[in-house]
Amino acid sequence: MLSQLEGSRAVAGAVVCCRPQVVCAYPITPQTHIVEAIGASVKSRQLKHCRFINVESEFAAMSVAIGASATGARAYTATASQGLLFMIEAVYNAAGLGLPVVMTLANRAIGAPINIWNDHSDAMAVRDSGWVMLFAEDNQTATDLHVQAFRLAEELSLPVMVCMDGYVLTHATERVDVPTQEQVDAFLPPYKPRQVLDPADPVSIGAMVGPEAFTEVRYLAHAKQLQALERIGEVAGEFAEGFGRHSGGLVSTYHVEDAEVVIVALGSVLGTIKDATDELRANGARVGVVGITSFRPFPLDALREAIGDARKVVVVERAFSAGFGGVLSTDVGLAISDAKARLSTVVAGLGGRAVTEAGLIGVFEDALGDRLEALRFLDLDKDVVDRELARMAGTRRSGPSAENVLRDLGTVASGAL
Amino acid sequence: MSKAETDGAITTTQPVKFYQVGSFAVGNRLVDPSLRTVQADAARTNAITSGHRACQGCGEALGARYVLDAAMRATGGKLVAVNATGCLEVFTTPYPETSWQLPWLHSLFGNAASVATGVAAALEVQGRNDVRVIAQAGDGGTVDIGFGCLSGMFERNDDVLFVCYDNEAYMNTGVQRSGATPPAARTATTEAVGREPGNPFDQGKNLPRLAMAHGIRYVATATVADLHDLEAKVERAMDFRGARYLHLLVPCPLGWSSAPADTIRIARLAKESGLFPVFEAVDGEVTAASGIRRLVPVEEYLRLQGRFRHLFDSSGAVARTDIVARLQKLADANVERFGLLQPEVT
Repeated sequence: MLSQLEGSRAVAGAVVCCRPQVVCAYPITPQTHIVEAIGASVKSRQLKHCRFINVESEFAAMSVAIGASATGARAYTATASQGLLFMIEAVYNAAGLGLPVVMTLANRAIGAPINIWNDHSDAMAVRDSGWVMLFAEDNQTATDLHVQAFRLAEELSLPVMVCMDGYVLTHATERVDVPTQEQVDAFLPPYKPRQVLDPADPVSIGAMVGPEAFTEVRYLAHAKQLQALERIGEVAGEFAEGFGRHSGGLVSTYHVEDAEVVIVALGSVLGTIKDATDELRANGARVGVVGITSFRPFPLDALREAIGDARKVVVVERAFSAGFGGVLSTDVGLAISDAKARLSTVVAGLGGRAVTEAGLIGVFEDALGDRLEALRFLDLDKDVVDRELARMAGTRRSGPSAENVLRDLGTVASGAL
Repeated sequence: MSKAETDGAITTTQPVKFYQVGSFAVGNRLVDPSLRTVQADAARTNAITSGHRACQGCGEALGARYVLDAAMRATGGKLVAVNATGCLEVFTTPYPETSWQLPWLHSLFGNAASVATGVAAALEVQGRNDVRVIAQAGDGGTVDIGFGCLSGMFERNDDVLFVCYDNEAYMNTGVQRSGATPPAARTATTEAVGREPGNPFDQGKNLPRLAMAHGIRYVATATVADLHDLEAKVERAMDFRGARYLHLLVPCPLGWSSAPADTIRIARLAKESGLFPVFEAVDGEVTAASGIRRLVPVEEYLRLQGRFRHLFDSSGAVARTDIVARLQKLADANVERFGLLQPEVT
């Protein structure tokens, strides 16, 4: 059903249609609207046979989900940023136990300095946790990916995280075709656990494993991810049959066929990159875009095929590894390691900084003209950085850098004048 | 020679004796079956079967079996256990072996209460209200790292009985201090050196009282020394719905540097000295306390444990009268607070 609504509400609607039985909620911006809407559905009995539990921390949220899932209930929660970091021990645990929890990650920067706006630092921090991680480009995809996430998770006994950009998607109101209950019921069968806590057939779950089998158990987690690599595309195909639109899959492409320069990215920035592509294509430039929907498992083959014969690959990332560079770039580099293409990383949009079409056109043009460095921080104010570095070199007690930078920029706290 | 003896603590070798009569008797074939303990029943579940890897004389292994067998009887075998990381988790597994004769889930060190909340919620939405949930942890997993999740579970009144097997330190990692370690006790992180050897005074958490402050339906303390009392409390706890808390004192021969044969004796002395008050509370108010039958000075309790040996000289006489007096004061305060010398309130 077509509706004009906030991304969070659309996702909540889709999750409700998936009939979760236990939903845990702990408030953290910008995911709160999702669990608020689900809570209202439970309270109004629109969503029946569901316990909505207000927990005392994100660590508890994932832990409650673990207990519920191990008891055979479909479990869901949502988080962001610091919340994800606070629950990280349980995030790994859910994957290790093979529990098909589904979680929305409303991507947000990680402090310090504390910052509530969007980037992908949170997702990158759990890159190796064993979860399937799907990234949404827009709110329609975010909505649809949640329905597919429960299906994938339960088929493979793996937790699935759906990443959607905080604010840019969670708080954006746009047209979304929200799945109907009938559509979802036809697509998503009831959860049949592989192992379950049941007095009629007692099992011990979560016992210790020593060196004699730990490698094999960990490899099985990898094997399941490889199965997911196969199933993600198939599930997207089945979704298209049932819902009449394409959503999901491993990667998405835009004008890559003859592209000299291809930008690879995750999430909502893909829309702006496509606008920049249109602009440049109108002037005859051969540029294209590859969006990665499945970040884990990482689609090496699909990505290699999508990039094709491009001579330059630019990874635009909303996160980076200090002291190294791009995180996603490392993975993309592996995919094209046999190709002749040169790779650049552009770190952009950290902590909610707008990634503009003009900025991206500049990136494309510099890549076409072989002027793009191996690592560029888009729109970085180098003067301000240099001034702070000089201050730190000159004075031992130079004070909080974040404050110094803001003073240099002339930013004045509201009410100070 | 036991570890405790080599360490200089005073132990006495004595033949193993069971109480054949009286309320400490575990099961006398001559008494009415209804008066016998669950442990005396050949058909008990044996929730933790033999063959596990607990140390000789482990109070926690006894305590967990006593609690779970009683809970299994109370629930007709419809029980799920959630376990925090710790000795109990380690010595009852690892894969492919398990001692657990009931559905059992271990997730992490600090989240047993939350995982149990999830189990209870799942059972409720599945309409399986007949299946009950126990979460269990050592004192570290209860009063320290697990306290956030436990407080949340209490506050929401989730339908879980949380059992703390309190051996007063982190034994699984090598006897480090916890928020439940008593004053003056030697641990690996509160060594018996300096002017005030062992764990400092005026620290630590009283979890039973914190549990009561949450206003949960039922809170009880017990020791492994009194099986009838313990089993009755487990049975009572399973009569209530909502959050419940049982705090069980379980001596640890390894961490307390005591003779394995003295586990029950030490647990009994903890109660009889007043250092560990045994009581129960309903809706936040103490409703019953187990009276002291034969009041003993705290040194009788302390003397059997190597973790307190710095308080004694080589002949077993109290060397640090100042510290023992402070501990005696704590015991006296418990006697006063809970009326432990009054006739039993029931």
